[in-house]
Amino acid sequence: MAFIDYYKILGIDKTATPKDVKNAYRKLARKYHPDLNPNNQDAKANFQQINEANEVLSDPEKRKKYDQYGKDWEHADDFERQKQQSQSSGQRESGFSGGSSQSDFSDFFESMFGGARSGRQTKYRGEDYTTEIHLELIDAYKTHKQTLSVNGNNIRITIPAGVENGQIIKIAGHGGPGVNGGPGGDLYITFTVANHPTIKRLGNNLYCHVELDLYTAVLGGEITVDTLDGKVKLKVKPETQQGTKVNLKGKGFPVYKNEGQFGDLQITYTVRIPTNLTEKQKQLFEELAKSR
Amino acid sequence: MQAEYLIAIDEFCAKHDIEVSFISSLEETGLIEITKIEETGFIQVDQIQQLEKFIRFYYELDINLEGIETISHLLNRVHDLQEEIIELRNKLDLYE
Repeated sequence: MAFIDYYKILGIDKTATPKDVKNAYRKLARKYHPDLNPNNQDAKANFQQINEANEVLSDPEKRKKYDQYGKDWEHADDFERQKQQSQSSGQRESGFSGGSSQSDFSDFFESMFGGARSGRQTKYRGEDYTTEIHLELIDAYKTHKQTLSVNGNNIRITIPAGVENGQIIKIAGHGGPGVNGGPGGDLYITFTVANHPTIKRLGNNLYCHVELDLYTAVLGGEITVDTLDGKVKLKVKPETQQGTKVNLKGKGFPVYKNEGQFGDLQITYTVRIPTNLTEKQKQLFEELAKSR
Repeated sequence: MQAEYLIAIDEFCAKHDIEVSFISSLEETGLIEITKIEETGFIQVDQIQQLEKFIRFYYELDINLEGIETISHLLNRVHDLQEEIIELRNKLDLYE
């Protein structure tokens, strides 16, 4: 467990007055507060350090203990015991025990101050938790339920169809518990939707390539296409060209939180040229070429 | 608007230990909306998170109303840009 220089974190020296501590904390908090740095984990980590430094240096008792033992904080209790024995007094150490443990605080802080917050009974909102859910494209196509384990608690959530890759949803009140009667934090879930091997998604529209054999492309016909909603039969017009695009309205991805609404599916035809032709087939193609 | 989606401003302020005038100032700057029912002011539940953020700015970070207004606009811009990045990344996937 490394020693943490709280003065250095706040950018002040040991002679700093309580006002200096407050000003330094406010200045840095304005820079790194999570409310001002959405989705920035570095800022969050910095803010936790600043908060911890302020917690110690703005509290006269904690600051005294920190200043007195500093780097030797591990032996603070031994020193205290020795001092008490030499003074032969029955007084109890004022101590810092009690209160709830703060997971936002470093091991150094917890060891030195027992995890307690003393003094001001400020209400603190609980920590916001973040987690990720990985989905296949087909999973994001239908509304379904999933059970998440967050800090030992199981939460069953409904994932609405149409959730986007990178989308963040908030589950209010499922973050860390509040302190001193403060409100609970929220749970933020970031969705990662994997790419499908053949179907690409952009917003609510889907895109795919479908191979047509040369004869169907030239003469027309009927083909069956796999979509996320099952198989779809399609009529192919005669003389369909390579790269022709066909838009299937309402066969795309479901619109998020708009039940029954879907985007489009755009199919791009790729004409497959026959290979390994027999002599007879080559001859027929030559005749065809001559006839044009 | 159903009553269960509203929180009385007096109750909210008492719980958070803040002045009612702060909420009124936020409304004047257009940062929040207050619903009035029979002379009593209410806040819609979906504004609470935003409002609590403003309270932290004002009471914990010592940021004045003008600062909160500016930050709010910039945070909305950051949010829009983050959404745009996600959309562009998804679009890029289409061509990979």
